[in-house]
Amino acid sequence: MSSATYTATRPPTDDEFDPGIPGFEASGGDWDEIAREAVGEERIVVNMGPQHPSTHGVLRLMLEIDGETVTEARCGIGYLHTGIEKNMEFRTWTQGTTFCTRMDYLAPLFQETAYCLATEKLLGVTDDVPERASIIRVLMMELNRVASHLVCLGTGGNEMGATTVMTIGFTAREEILRLFEAVTGLRMNHAYVRPGGVAQDVPEGFEDQVRAALPKIRQYLGQLGDLMLANPIFKARLTDVGVLNLAGCMALGVTGPVLRSTGLPYDVRKAFPYSGYETYDFDVPTSTDADCYSRVVLRLEECYQSLRIVEQALTRLEATSGAPVMVADKKIAWPAQLAIGADGQGNSLDHIRQIMGTSMEALIHHFKLVTEGFRVPAGQVWQTVEHPRGELGVHAVSDGGTKPYRAHFRDPSFNNLQAVSVMCEGGQVADVVVAVASLDPVLGGVDR
Amino acid sequence: MNDGTTAGGSAADRPVPQPEEVLGPRSGELVPGSEQAGRGGRGPEVVEVRRGMFGVRGSGDTSGYGGLVQPVAMPGAATRPYGGWFDEAVDVLAEVLGEQGVAFDVAVERVVVDPHTDPPSPHAELTLHVAREHLLAVCRALRDDQDLRFELSLGVSGVHYPDDTGRELHAVYHLTSVTHGRRVRLEVSVPDADPHVPSTTSLYPTNDWHERETWDFFGIVFDGHPGLARIEMPDDWPGHPQRKDYPLGGIPVEYKGATVPPPDTRRSYS
Repeated sequence: MSSATYTATRPPTDDEFDPGIPGFEASGGDWDEIAREAVGEERIVVNMGPQHPSTHGVLRLMLEIDGETVTEARCGIGYLHTGIEKNMEFRTWTQGTTFCTRMDYLAPLFQETAYCLATEKLLGVTDDVPERASIIRVLMMELNRVASHLVCLGTGGNEMGATTVMTIGFTAREEILRLFEAVTGLRMNHAYVRPGGVAQDVPEGFEDQVRAALPKIRQYLGQLGDLMLANPIFKARLTDVGVLNLAGCMALGVTGPVLRSTGLPYDVRKAFPYSGYETYDFDVPTSTDADCYSRVVLRLEECYQSLRIVEQALTRLEATSGAPVMVADKKIAWPAQLAIGADGQGNSLDHIRQIMGTSMEALIHHFKLVTEGFRVPAGQVWQTVEHPRGELGVHAVSDGGTKPYRAHFRDPSFNNLQAVSVMCEGGQVADVVVAVASLDPVLGGVDR
Repeated sequence: MNDGTTAGGSAADRPVPQPEEVLGPRSGELVPGSEQAGRGGRGPEVVEVRRGMFGVRGSGDTSGYGGLVQPVAMPGAATRPYGGWFDEAVDVLAEVLGEQGVAFDVAVERVVVDPHTDPPSPHAELTLHVAREHLLAVCRALRDDQDLRFELSLGVSGVHYPDDTGRELHAVYHLTSVTHGRRVRLEVSVPDADPHVPSTTSLYPTNDWHERETWDFFGIVFDGHPGLARIEMPDDWPGHPQRKDYPLGGIPVEYKGATVPPPDTRRSYS
């Protein structure tokens, strides 16, 4: 049956198996028994995932093993594909942020910012975005980077059995999510960054709230470092595991902490600055070990660097208090600022009073801008930002209409998963878990 | 009389305006071949001409926009100077291709700089429209020459222009030079009837999954790819979902007695 077509959606039927190749199928059970029954089999293929606690989400790993050694490793993805890019083609440019924020759910603000920067470039208003909006974007992104790295370190530790690492990581992340909630009203899926600026200014007293949270976050980061970095078991599991050198990273397009662990200080914030990153003082930590341990160290150091940026952004935020957070162009900026009313958050009552009571034209303008949206000149742009997992690229194409003609996201997790084969083959099965955790894939971003 | 453009007898014989005769603030720059847009060149590339509004078909002009004609014009070929490092890079590329016996004008159909302004905009992006036969030669030159050195590929994405006859499917490559801090975009257009593009995985192994994704979503066949299988959709999925002729899908939702149609069947601005 060499002409049989195998599909991912149904198990192969009996007549599709080549009788020349002996097969043995097992799902669950005691490993000793399975191995005893399968004695004589040269080739054992273990299907790890897509529902497995150690694969970082719905990632399917197909491992061909010889004893405990992985001889071949392949990834299967697509289990979380929701067609976000296709959906964005049917919504206005502003609504697009509510979709792309759901891609990589641990780093929503990066997708939003990258998409909005791309839209602004198409509109030609990049230089008109108010400074305060850029400061808020930088502040939110850097807090988000810390939150994302905390999940990476926490789940990575959990997958190796170090539950305390996970609980500390998530407790620390909670501090940051509280800050997000104060600004955007949501813990994730914010849709806070909008083309032209941000949806609304930060609430009163936000700077103090961040300043109060920073020492706590630092303390948790310190605890994580104490728990992991000198721990002999931790080091034994991670050192010289999942090695990928510079040539491998460049060939496979791997960016972010994995690339920097090979010694190349490539960071989009420094190489192709956006949102005013060139004016902030921060370092790009690197290592030359190119293994999983060095990536943990780098992620921790990056957290401290991000907190440095956050502090600088806070100072600037206080200096620009009251400045606009959205472009002045009334054809792009939504007319209403949000306000808290008796029935929750919504358009400010002053604005509703104006459009309903005094100005018919203002009402028409509001209605048209929100339902139809603004038109974006035809063309295409490419915009990248430094995502916690690497370089996130947005390829936005406009046909001159009110909706994106095409919005493609080059998600770093999607690209980096290609390195799993190179990092895992020849290693132990237990090292696969560590290697995948060091890539930190988020399947929401991989599959989009 | 069932062509959807006429509702009554009086308007029956009125012809639909052609792009050349449309008057309006932007009509001058939207006609193919116009020399007025930007700094000249061959003018904007019209990929589609839309008529009417709200996608009204076959029911007469109920929208009142029946006479509206909107050409969709992408930025056209630029003339020198391109500005910034673009001129130098294009010259080096032409020289390297010339050494290999490939004429630059044959390999690169069009050089697009967007936005193309004087003085050059810091946000300008360089796009090279490459003939598919010479894609690998161009990529190799861009990657290996020390003055170009675009060593990092950030993937491939597809775009579908169903009305751009003979060039319906576009594969777009995003290259970065870490060495020089530069970016360039390559665009390859192929007809829907012959959607073959040579695979760049031999030069940029990272494009493996990106080309699989572009095949999956657009149906562009990358010849020479080591395993061109679907990556996001199931293996037995019919069709290529990101193409414009592929429906979004969805079901009508009832809410407080009213029915909200799925997004792709709602009345929308065209």
